[in-house]
Amino acid sequence: MNDIEHVRVKIFAEAADFDPGEAIPIFHRWIQEGFGGHLLIDVADYRHVPAGPGVMLVAHEAHYALDNGKNRLGLLYDRRAPLDGDASAKFRQAWDAAWEACAQLEREPALSGKLKFAAGECEISINDRLLAPNTAGTFTTLRPALESLFDGVWGVGTYTLTREGEPRELFRVHARKNV
Amino acid sequence: MKASNSLWKPRLEGRMPPHLAAEIDVFENEIALKKQGKIDDKIFAETRLRRGSYGQRYDNGQRHDGIASRQLAYPSSDLTKGPSTLWDAPGMQRIKIPFGGLNATQLETLADLAEEYSDSIAHVTTRQDFQLHFVHIEDTPALMRRLAAAGITTREACGNTVRNVTACPIAGVCRTQSFDVTPYAKALAYFLLGHPDCQDFGRKFKVAFSGCRDEACGLAMLHDIGAVGVTRIENGVEKRGFEFYVGGGLGTVPQQAKRFSDFLPEEELLPTTQAIARVFARLGEKKNRNTARMKFVVSKLGIDEFRRVVAEERAQLPHDARWTDWLANVPHEQESPLKPPSLLQLNGNRTPAFDRWHASNVYEQRQSGYVTVTVTLPLGDITSDQLRALADIARKYVRETVRTTVEQNIVLRWVSAGDVPALYKELEAANLAEPGAGTVLDIVACPGTDTCKLGISSSRGLAAELRTRLAAREMEMDAVIRGLHIKISGCFNSCGQHHIADLGFYGVSRNKGGFAVPHFQVVLGGQWENNAGSYGLAIGAVPSKRIPETVDRITSRYLAEREVNEGFHAFIKRIGKAECKKMIEDLTAIPPHETDPDFYVDWADARKYSIGDLGVGECAGEVVTAIEFALTACEREAFEAQLQLEAGRTAEAADTAYAAMSHAALALLKHKLTIHSDDPEKVAGGFREHFYDTQLFFDPFAGGKFAQYFFQAHERRGGTYTEETAHQLIEETQLFIEAAHSCYGKMAAQPV
Ligand code: SF4
Repeated sequence: MNDIEHVRVKIFAEAADFDPGEAIPIFHRWIQEGFGGHLLIDVADYRHVPAGPGVMLVAHEAHYALDNGKNRLGLLYDRRAPLDGDASAKFRQAWDAAWEACAQLEREPALSGKLKFAAGECEISINDRLLAPNTAGTFTTLRPALESLFDGVWGVGTYTLTREGEPRELFRVHARKNV
Repeated sequence: MKASNSLWKPRLEGRMPPHLAAEIDVFENEIALKKQGKIDDKIFAETRLRRGSYGQRYDNGQRHDGIASRQLAYPSSDLTKGPSTLWDAPGMQRIKIPFGGLNATQLETLADLAEEYSDSIAHVTTRQDFQLHFVHIEDTPALMRRLAAAGITTREACGNTVRNVTACPIAGVCRTQSFDVTPYAKALAYFLLGHPDCQDFGRKFKVAFSGCRDEACGLAMLHDIGAVGVTRIENGVEKRGFEFYVGGGLGTVPQQAKRFSDFLPEEELLPTTQAIARVFARLGEKKNRNTARMKFVVSKLGIDEFRRVVAEERAQLPHDARWTDWLANVPHEQESPLKPPSLLQLNGNRTPAFDRWHASNVYEQRQSGYVTVTVTLPLGDITSDQLRALADIARKYVRETVRTTVEQNIVLRWVSAGDVPALYKELEAANLAEPGAGTVLDIVACPGTDTCKLGISSSRGLAAELRTRLAAREMEMDAVIRGLHIKISGCFNSCGQHHIADLGFYGVSRNKGGFAVPHFQVVLGGQWENNAGSYGLAIGAVPSKRIPETVDRITSRYLAEREVNEGFHAFIKRIGKAECKKMIEDLTAIPPHETDPDFYVDWADARKYSIGDLGVGECAGEVVTAIEFALTACEREAFEAQLQLEAGRTAEAADTAYAAMSHAALALLKHKLTIHSDDPEKVAGGFREHFYDTQLFFDPFAGGKFAQYFFQAHERRGGTYTEETAHQLIEETQLFIEAAHSCYGKMAAQPV
């Protein structure tokens, strides 16, 4: 299943002592400065929607959101444009891009000491039900590619992968580093 | 774009109605041809609009990021999907939901599409549609196929077509209705969909149904066609029909619909509407979109002549069996409940939160033992997760009887009253149990600067801010304040229906010291009740950041000074516009940029505010220019005209309004040429030469429309005005002055 596209990576916030609205000027500045060389378009504010996408940096290749989906705040990297390589390469690219944004947010002076992302927990989903339905079969097929990612970033045998959500939802895997 | 796009067609084969499948195939081919450069931009734009695929802000590839206007370097930068509309720029997909009716599968489909093609948010519009934003044009055929498999078409959701046919969301369960208008709305919607007589309009055509005269649910008076269900006894038998209105509309200058018939029999509904469509296609303006809505045909002909022309057209229509063959099914089209009726028993289930929700969000149906529950959607937004939860609830508690509302909410009809506490708990778990439906917290806002290409100020940003502030005070809020309606549009186009709110606002901009400042015009005197019974007028522009204070001040005054049982509309009328204006006068002041730069940034934004590419001009640092003084004086004059109209001095009001326009034109001429004669003929001539013919006064989207208002008023000066036409002239005057402000803004942005 190398033709998966639209990988989403959500890195959870471990500590968040701020109103996500504080990200609005930050995301606007990223657009002005051309963060990461990406084609960034605009900032959407969905804070009024409970358990929603929060504050979103809308972009051509991928949206970045301080997302509060399922009532858990995190940085959601939502890939829109195609990625290169096989499934494991695609997961890795999305992971790196998500962490690039997390690291930048943690470095932001306005959020200093207020926001920290969890290094040992995340969620990976595929935003395409036809290519990757939320089934055990998809999990079996994609597990090697996911393991290739987490073996690399966390170490072999140091984590647990669990498929989550009901069949109508996107294929979604929760990854947690073992303690 | 989705890698799976091409796989949906074979996957859904046989599950889509064949005609919808064929239409989408055609559209997909048109997209391919456009990509190969084989279709003209304008033609493709109208083609995709007729499929509901709309443009979105920044799709011309330009965006002001607060420092400068910059190019958005999309990959296919030389490819367009319409004039100045780049191929890869995200667009909006509108999804037509006739009379707002939805089932659980459709909710699930919308959830999937919002997640996969948009940003996990589905947005309910003020016309019961859904909208998805940030959609790529090449994803639309797959998206449309998935909708078609769920029984939904996007055909004619935008463009110069018959738009979504709306109806009261509680039709059929309403306590005050004459009868259930749902089957009629449905029959007309599908009869007109793709009808050959509806393919050659100069502008859009909107139809609404209402089950009664007095409530607002259907908003019949502000549509091209408004049908209000009525009955009468003929030969001892009750007969159904419609009080039938034509030529209403909001838009830049709103117009109340005119009564076409006191009683249009049900069997005449389809053929008469068809005849009206033909008349509109034949006599409606085609070249100038600013005067192309049906209200202009009705105004031009007068209602009596319009009636005659329609009757003539009706007489010539070849008979069509579809006009009436659906009528036999009307009695069988009634919804049925899933569960038997029951009584609400609150043993220990009550919490203050439940009580508040119950008071505002539960409506007792005409059928005893049943209620309709409103799911309040903040700013009309709902997430994919919530849509799925709602689908489950719709299957569990009702027979999937769900509808969207014009107040951007969703209702669940036929809830057995005893199920309300359990249903509340499930809504609460899905974050869908917000109270305040139909109250001052339930603010309606158009997309505004968030996504709309025409937005001037952030209507959604303001709405979110007002919601937060009002919700914090809701517990101690007086019931009369809680019952008010706030509606906000991002510009004069009134998609947020600001004219019919108690407190309406529409976005405008002002300049101060060379900087642009987001503002909202405050509109008072509108009426939501009586199917949008009257339209408000603007009393003054207030900086966006002072609108919350404006709301507080007006509502506090109402609370303190209202007479016994006096409604807000009556209160505003009693104290008069002059007093209202005085109330907000000090709030209109703009602090200098160096003192309070926050005023120069819009709500929910962080960029220095600008209109288009307007930046800081060479004149930065000037405090108030002569033209700013002059335009402010013109606003005062336009307001004076309102007062004269309010006092019944119609002719005087029309003269004053015209003078205000002429003075605004003169102010621009003086700014450009330093000196100019103030003779009205020379002002009109000079304005035409220097501002109209050069297009300097043109609005980027409305073109020369506002200048035309001035020319028409000039031609007509000294003529006879009725109360209604004078009201319109004042509205046009305000828009002309707004356009003069924008024009000055443009000139100021250019190095002198
Ligand atoms: S009112 Fe103006 S800003 Fe709002 S949606 Fe309509 S055109 Fe856009």
